[in-house]
Amino acid sequence: MTARTTNQKAWWLVAPVVVLVAFNALVPMMTVVNYSFQETFGDNVFFWEGFKWYEELLRSERFHDALVRQLAFTATILAIEVPLGVAIALAMPRRGPWVSVCLVLMALPLLIPWNVVGAMWNIFALPDIGLLGRLINGLGVDYNFTQDPTSAWVTTVVMDVWHWTSLVVLLAYAGLCSIPDAYYQAAKIDGASAWSVFRHIQLPKMKRVLTIAILLRFMDSFMIYTEPFVLTGGGPGNTTTFLSIDLVKVALGQFDLGPAAAMSLVYFMIVLLLSWVFYTVMMRNEGT
Amino acid sequence: MARITLETLRHSYVEKPGSDVDWALASLDLEWTDGGAYALLGPSGCGKTTLLNIISGLLRPTEGRVLFDGTDVTDKDPVDRHVAQVFQFPVVYDTMSVFDNLAFPLRNRGVAEPAVRERVTEVARMLELDGLLARRASGLSADGKQKISLGRGLVRSDVNVVMFDEPLTVIDPHLKWVLRSKLKEVHQRFGNTMIYVTHDQTEALTFADQVVVMLGGRVVQIGTPVDLFEAPRHTFVGHFIGSPGMNILPCAVDAGKVVFDGETVALDSPPRAVPAGTLELGVRPEFVRFAPDGIAVEVVKVDDLGRHQVVEVRRGAHAIKLIAAEGEAIPSERPRIAFDPRRARVYADGWMVEGGASR
Amino acid sequence: MRRLKWLVPTLYVVFLMLPIYWLLNMSFKTTNEILGGFSLWPTEFTLDNYRKIFTDSTWYTGYLNSLTYVVINTVISVTAALPAAYAFSRYRFLGDKHLFFWLLTNRMAPPAVFALPFFQLYSAIGLFDTHIAVALAHCLFNIPLAVWILEGFMSSVPKELDETAYVDGYSFPKFFVKIFLPTITAGVGVAAFFCFMFSWVELLLAKTLTSVDAKPIAATMTRTASTSGYELGLLAAAGTLTIVPGAFVIYFVRNYIAKGFALGRV
Repeated sequence: MTARTTNQKAWWLVAPVVVLVAFNALVPMMTVVNYSFQETFGDNVFFWEGFKWYEELLRSERFHDALVRQLAFTATILAIEVPLGVAIALAMPRRGPWVSVCLVLMALPLLIPWNVVGAMWNIFALPDIGLLGRLINGLGVDYNFTQDPTSAWVTTVVMDVWHWTSLVVLLAYAGLCSIPDAYYQAAKIDGASAWSVFRHIQLPKMKRVLTIAILLRFMDSFMIYTEPFVLTGGGPGNTTTFLSIDLVKVALGQFDLGPAAAMSLVYFMIVLLLSWVFYTVMMRNEGT
Repeated sequence: MARITLETLRHSYVEKPGSDVDWALASLDLEWTDGGAYALLGPSGCGKTTLLNIISGLLRPTEGRVLFDGTDVTDKDPVDRHVAQVFQFPVVYDTMSVFDNLAFPLRNRGVAEPAVRERVTEVARMLELDGLLARRASGLSADGKQKISLGRGLVRSDVNVVMFDEPLTVIDPHLKWVLRSKLKEVHQRFGNTMIYVTHDQTEALTFADQVVVMLGGRVVQIGTPVDLFEAPRHTFVGHFIGSPGMNILPCAVDAGKVVFDGETVALDSPPRAVPAGTLELGVRPEFVRFAPDGIAVEVVKVDDLGRHQVVEVRRGAHAIKLIAAEGEAIPSERPRIAFDPRRARVYADGWMVEGGASR
Repeated sequence: MRRLKWLVPTLYVVFLMLPIYWLLNMSFKTTNEILGGFSLWPTEFTLDNYRKIFTDSTWYTGYLNSLTYVVINTVISVTAALPAAYAFSRYRFLGDKHLFFWLLTNRMAPPAVFALPFFQLYSAIGLFDTHIAVALAHCLFNIPLAVWILEGFMSSVPKELDETAYVDGYSFPKFFVKIFLPTITAGVGVAAFFCFMFSWVELLLAKTLTSVDAKPIAATMTRTASTSGYELGLLAAAGTLTIVPGAFVIYFVRNYIAKGFALGRV
C-alpha cells in the first residue's frame, strides 16, 4: 500500500459512515445491554437483576445444546464448502466464453432471498412432491426431513452447501486469476508436479482470499436463521434449532427480553472471539 | 546440451489466423549451435518471448518443428526437453526457503540430496546468495528474488539450453552489470547454450557471441555484434543498433549509380539492376566524414561527447548525423560531407540490396 | 484426467440449477396438479400463478417495496462509504485502525441480535413500516462491507493521481467526482453489487421493521405459505420472480464479481 499521510481532517470524510453505523449499532446495543440486566413483565416496568440472566444462560442446557448444534453445523459446512469451492475453482476454465457463463450461473444462489432459498429447498426435498425427496426414497433410503432428524440435518447442510459454496468458488477463482502466468510456466520448466503447483503456488497465492472466504462463511453460518427456519422451523424437535433461531424464539416468541438480551450479547461475543481467533491463526505466518 | 533447430516455425495466438498481423511469429528457420551465447534482440512485441516459449515447450507452434540435436521435440513437454528458463519478473515459491527454492528443480528430477546440496551451494555462492539460504524466499527484495529465479535457471547441469527473458528488468543498474558479467562467466565455465532476450542493445552486445535481431515476428539478421554494426541487413538493424543509429536517406538508382538528393554517391558495390521497392541509402554516422569534394550541407548541431563529437548536418529536408574525432575541427564555411564507399549500402523496402561486381 | 476437468464445474452448475428448476416447474403447475401427484414437468401448463402476482396489489407492491428499500440502501451505503474508504486508503488519522476494525465487527453482528432493539428504535423515532427504516437498518452490515471493498480498490490507485490533480488546481470535491471516481468505477460497481445482494436477500430485519406499507416480497410469501395453506404454485411463482432482479444484476457485473473481494484488505 502507498504510504499514507497524517491528516486529522480525514475524520470529516468518515463522519457520515460513523454516524450511520453508530446509530444502528450503538443505540440497539445499549438497549440490549440494558435489558440484559433487567426483568420486565410488560408495561415498561423493569427490575434490576444484575448478572442473573447471564448465570442462567451459561448454565442452561438449552443454550449449550444450541451452541453445540451451531458449532457442529458451522464446522460441517466449512469442512465441505471450502475444499469443494477450491476444487471447483481449480477446475474452472481460466479464460474463454465459458467463464462468464460459469460465474453468472454460480453466483445465482447468492442473490436469492434467504427465505426463498428455504422455501425452494422445502419444495425440492419434500418426500411426496419434491424431486430430491422422491429421488432419495426411490433409491430405497428412508428420507423425510420433516420427521427424521438425520434427514433434516443433512438437508440443512446440503442446502447451505448449495447456497454458499459459490462464494468460496468466486473468491478462490479470483485468487487463482491473480497468479501471473510466469508462475505456472516456471513450475513447468522446474518439473513441478500438479500437487507441487497447488501446494507451493496456488495455495499460498489464494491464502488471502481464502482467509476472507473462511471468515465470511464462518460468520454468516454462525448467524444463519432464515433458511433453516423456513425449511424445517428448527425441527423436527430441536434438531436444526441454531443459535439465531433459539434467540428469536426466546425474544419474540416468549418475549423474555432479559434472557434474550443476555443471550444476544454472549452470542455476539462468541462470533467476535471466534472470528478473531480464526483471523489470527490464519494470518500468523504472514510477513515473517 | 544440444544443437537446436527451428524449422519453418510459425505461431499465432489467434484461432484462425488470416492476415499478416495475426502471426506473432511469421515463418522462422533458425539454428542455434551447441554452447553458443545468443542474444535475442528486438522491440517489444516482436515475438521474442513467443519464440522462447516455443523452444522451451510452453507453447506449441501453430506450424513447424523444433529439433534438439536432430530429434523432433515439438510435442514434448518442457520437463522432457531439459531446458531452463528465467522470466522477466521474479518467480519464487513463497512457502519455501531460499535453499529449497534453488533445490526445487533438482529435487523434482530425483537428484540425490548430497548432489543437490553441492549444486545449490555452488550456484548460491556464485550469485552471492550464500548468506540467505535459510531465509524464507518471500521476505527478500526484488533483486534477491530475481537472483533466486536466475539460480533456479542455472542450478541444473544437464540442461540443453538456458533461456533468459529480459531477466534484469527489475534489477537496479549497478547490480545489472554485475549479474550480466556473472552470466557471461557461467557461460564460459559450463559451456551451456544460452539465449538471452532483451530490448537493450548494450545488454545484447556485451553478452552474446551471436545476436539475433527480430522485428514483427521475423528474424531480420543473425550475426556477431561486428556484423550487425558493419553490415546491417535491414534498416531496422542499422537504426536499432548503434548510437546514434544509422542514417537512412531516400535515394534513387540510375544506371548503376546511386543518387541522393541530386548528388551521385560513390559505392564500392552498387546494385547491378534497379531494385524494386522504396530505395534508401543507409550509412552509419561512423562512416560519414567531412570532405572538401563531398555533398554540400549545413551544420545544425554539434554534441561533444568527450571521446568523440556527434555532428548533425542538414541537406535540404534530410538530417544526417556523423561522428567526428575528438578535437577535430568542424568546418564552418560551406561544409561538405562524404560517405565511406565500402560501408554505405542501398536498401530496398528496408532490406539490404546485395552489391553487384565488387570493387 | 485433464480432459475431464470441465466435468467438475458442469456437475456443480447442474446441482445448483436443480432446485431452481424444480421451483420453476412448480410455478407453472396448478395447485391440483402439484397436490395430485409427482411429475417432472408441468402437464397442465399454466400462467395463472404469475397472472395473480402481477394483478394482485398485495403481491406486486411487495416487489416494489423490496426494490425501493434495496435501492435506497445501496445508494446510501455506497455514497457514505466512498469518502470514508478514501480517508482509510489515503490518510492516517487518530484511531483509524480501531475505527476500521469496529466497522468490520458490525458485519459480524447476528441480525437476530438486533431484531428486537431495531423494532423499538425505529418505532420510537416514528420510522416503523417505512422503506427508509429498512434501508437504514441494512446499512449496519452493508456500509462496513462497502468501505472494505472500496478501500481495496482505492489503495490500488497510485497516490500520484491525487497529487497531480491537486497541483493542477483541482479542489477535493471536483477531483473526487471528475477524476477519482471514474478510475474506480469497477470498485463502485462491485460494492453496489454486494450492497444490493445483501439487502435483497436479508429478511429477518426487513420483516421485523415493516408491517403493511413497506412489507417486502419475501415477507408476503411467508404469509401466504402460512395462512392460505398450500398455495405452492403461487409461492413458487413468487419465489421465481425474486430471482430475476438478482440475475440481472449479476449479468451486469459478471466481469467484476470475482475481483470484488480479491482486492479487499484483510
